[in-house]
Amino acid sequence: MTADASRGGARTSTDPGAGRTGAEDGPAGVTSVDRQSNAPVADGGLAVAVAGPLGVSGIDRREASGRRSGGAGSAGPAGASAVSTRRRLADRRWFRIAGGALLPLGLLVAWQLASTSGAVPVSMLPSPEMVWTAGVDLAERGLLGLYVAISTQRVFIGFAVGAALGLVVGAVVGLSKLGDLLLSPTLGAIRAVPSLAWVPLLILWLKIGEESKVVLIAIGAFFPVYTVVAAALRHVDRQLLEAGRAFGLRGVRLLSVVQLPAAVPSVVSALRLALAQSWLFLVAAELIASSMGLGFLLVDSGNNGRIDRIFLAIILLAVLGKLSDAVVGLFERWAVRKWA
Amino acid sequence: MPATPTSTSAAALPVEFRGVGRAFPTASGDRPVLRGIDLVVEAGEILAILGPSGCGKSTLLRIAGGLDRPTSGWVTIAGSPVGDYDARSAIGFQEPRLLPWRTVAQNVALGLPRGTARAAGRAHVARLLELVGLAEFAEHRPREISGGMAQRTSLARALARSPHVLLLDEPFGALDALTRLRMQDLLLEIHAAEPTTVLLVTHDVDEALQLADRIVVLGTEPGPDGAASTDAAPGAGIRQTVVVPGTRPRDRGSAELAELRGRLLDGLGIDRHGAARGIQATSTIPAFPY
Repeated sequence: MTADASRGGARTSTDPGAGRTGAEDGPAGVTSVDRQSNAPVADGGLAVAVAGPLGVSGIDRREASGRRSGGAGSAGPAGASAVSTRRRLADRRWFRIAGGALLPLGLLVAWQLASTSGAVPVSMLPSPEMVWTAGVDLAERGLLGLYVAISTQRVFIGFAVGAALGLVVGAVVGLSKLGDLLLSPTLGAIRAVPSLAWVPLLILWLKIGEESKVVLIAIGAFFPVYTVVAAALRHVDRQLLEAGRAFGLRGVRLLSVVQLPAAVPSVVSALRLALAQSWLFLVAAELIASSMGLGFLLVDSGNNGRIDRIFLAIILLAVLGKLSDAVVGLFERWAVRKWA
Repeated sequence: MPATPTSTSAAALPVEFRGVGRAFPTASGDRPVLRGIDLVVEAGEILAILGPSGCGKSTLLRIAGGLDRPTSGWVTIAGSPVGDYDARSAIGFQEPRLLPWRTVAQNVALGLPRGTARAAGRAHVARLLELVGLAEFAEHRPREISGGMAQRTSLARALARSPHVLLLDEPFGALDALTRLRMQDLLLEIHAAEPTTVLLVTHDVDEALQLADRIVVLGTEPGPDGAASTDAAPGAGIRQTVVVPGTRPRDRGSAELAELRGRLLDGLGIDRHGAARGIQATSTIPAFPY
């Protein structure tokens, strides 16, 4: 579910107009506001740059910053007492976990009831037990572990390559006017190509091996990182930059002391988006040409009418996407606390 | 005195402005902001630049620090031209401009000249934090301290450079009245300990009187009817130079200063009784519409 939400967000954020206007508002806000509110402004700017439906990271960030400023003693004024007790409950770990598990458990129960009561035929909606059995069956044949492993490996290699390239190119475009001038129109056009359009070309060029899939995933991971990093570096608070220069920083030192740290929070949330995008592109790649992996499991089961395995693959994708997102989310939380 | 880093303090240097002008390009042609500024700041002097907002005070200061270049004329420090972001000067901005991800001590360390040995740098930063009274906040982040503390951190960062010329752009403008008075006293203490040349931009007449050896009032030439025409402003020049009598620290309530204060306010186009000059006389826009 998380992955789906993020994918929607990724699509929106790749729209150059939205990203740019949002980010341009940033510096003005920062200059007019005092140092104390720097963090919230940066958060706000990010939320805009990373765009609308991306519920996940947006909410997490705001909560994190809220907690921080609370620690600094600048909590809200009157009327806060009622709110703060409620928030304290919502902050408790068990409460959050239980709250988050409520809907999946409810869905599971509804699913079980719908499939066993006979209201929906099993050929349309297999029972949870059937899906579990299908999973155990695949696992016993050694296929489940293989599929999960190969898909995860493709995602992580593609993500690593794409995100690294995105960081480098984003830095070039964000930091140098010449780079921006030369590269951003072309990259904007390439970004506009729908992911599936690459598949036939990649298959012709790279055959149906690992390369074609990894490259497609790398393309998917590249653009969120490139877009956000370029915007973040371009809009580093001018006043801080000038202060850095006035104290003798330039070139690489200015980059490492002022520009990169200022961009860290947005870079991390870009990585999070890119990871979600990587899973999306993985399925696109595996659906069309593959002999193993979760996408292959989906298309193979579709051809054979194994609806239980389709459910299994979808659930696995949701769980894997959420798990990898949670890992990056932890990293993001740490980075925001350290750098924002 | 352990708190005074005399060993690392640099010699104060004189600053000279000659025919300095600055115009900013706009859609409707160049808009001159400064024009024909001739000024010599002696080594070790505290010079206050006073003027209404928008008259180019900050621009003049930025030119002195090499953050901006004049469109005409030149500026020298000790006879040699000011370079881009000149290393001989250090600037204290109107806003603290601290890096939010660094601690107070790390922010101050940013001001250390390049090539400072690690241990010596740490000791210098500790001394400066002591001097501005922030020793116990060294490990705090900028968002965890008050505005006055942030401004003191910014001042310490500028001092960490051991500047020959200290440029301060309304450094206390955003502070509350009491904190501002304390910061003024602190600046005088620092200047006594490290006698550097100080250019202080302010719009506060009392602050200028309290701190400066000399006050320069910037402003546009009055028009034929005594009021400046705001439309075709030819750029601000030096309207008035005042040597402040007596030695620091000055008594904030002395009669001599009160007289001078009145004259300065008059020069800024403010009537002593509170009315802007020229309002009763004519219906044109007064010189400095506050």
